Amino acid sequence: MNDSSSIRHSVSNSELGLWVYLMTDCLLFASLFATFAVLRNNTFGGLSGGELFNMPYILVETLILLTSSFTIGLAVIASYKRQSNPIYIWTVITLLLGITFFSMELYEFRELVANGNGWSTNAFLSSYFTLLATHGIHILIGIVWIVFLIIQRIRRGLSSSFARRLAMLGMFWHFLDIIWIFIFTFVYLLGAIK
Amino acid sequence: MKRTQTATHLSAKKYTLGFGWSIILTVSAYIATSNEILNRSSLIIYISVLAMLQVFVQLYFFLNINQESKPRWTLWTFVSMSSILLIIVVGSLWIMHNLDYNMMPNMTSQENDKYMIQESSKGF
Repeated sequence: MNDSSSIRHSVSNSELGLWVYLMTDCLLFASLFATFAVLRNNTFGGLSGGELFNMPYILVETLILLTSSFTIGLAVIASYKRQSNPIYIWTVITLLLGITFFSMELYEFRELVANGNGWSTNAFLSSYFTLLATHGIHILIGIVWIVFLIIQRIRRGLSSSFARRLAMLGMFWHFLDIIWIFIFTFVYLLGAIK
Repeated sequence: MKRTQTATHLSAKKYTLGFGWSIILTVSAYIATSNEILNRSSLIIYISVLAMLQVFVQLYFFLNINQESKPRWTLWTFVSMSSILLIIVVGSLWIMHNLDYNMMPNMTSQENDKYMIQESSKGF
């Protein structure tokens, strides 16, 4: 694709460093997934995933996170093009979508715990909460990171280091959405299949 | 480490394509599951394939994975990680499945749960 709006981009050492970190993070999630996979049927007589999960709600959550991954990509493009207003628009939208996702996830957790399906109820729920909460903590860190970048942008203006930092946040955020694909498919969808 | 020159072409078109495909793949998996259009094992294979496709879509369109010129650091670190990941996941599933099979008396999972509750109420 070589239209006039595309940009040449070099991967800096910092971005490569973040990428290698993300690779190690994948292994962290892999072990949590493997644990969940082994324990997913150990409900100790309690409710299974399919009985607990509200699928339309999860679909909405998933699409919100996916959209936020898209909008942060648009923000990165705008920052390379030094387009001031689109940067604000897309980063703020990403932030709002991210906060919505996180709130939806917190609500889901609260409901589970309130109904007696907390993480100490059985092995399935322990592994479920560990996996989801680890992802959720990553999302929270991403949200804080977005806020910091917006503040930096306001106070220090555009620079190549801002573009690089936003690109790194973008990489981190895309990675979180990829992990969520696995959660959506192998925790929720798989749980919902009879 | 030398600065890597990439031939990455960032464009809104690319992100939009990636976004569009991801939505299609997500919603297809969701509809397939909620309407149970296939039997259980086929459905599992179907959603797994859709998930892997979406992962590659997002890796390519959002994370620009195969577009570095040599040396392809991001690609090869990804391949190394994937190999280790396969060992962790497949290895855990295989070993634990073997353990279960060799240890459990032959009961349904409901009978097994009842048995486990009974056993644990006896105390240590």
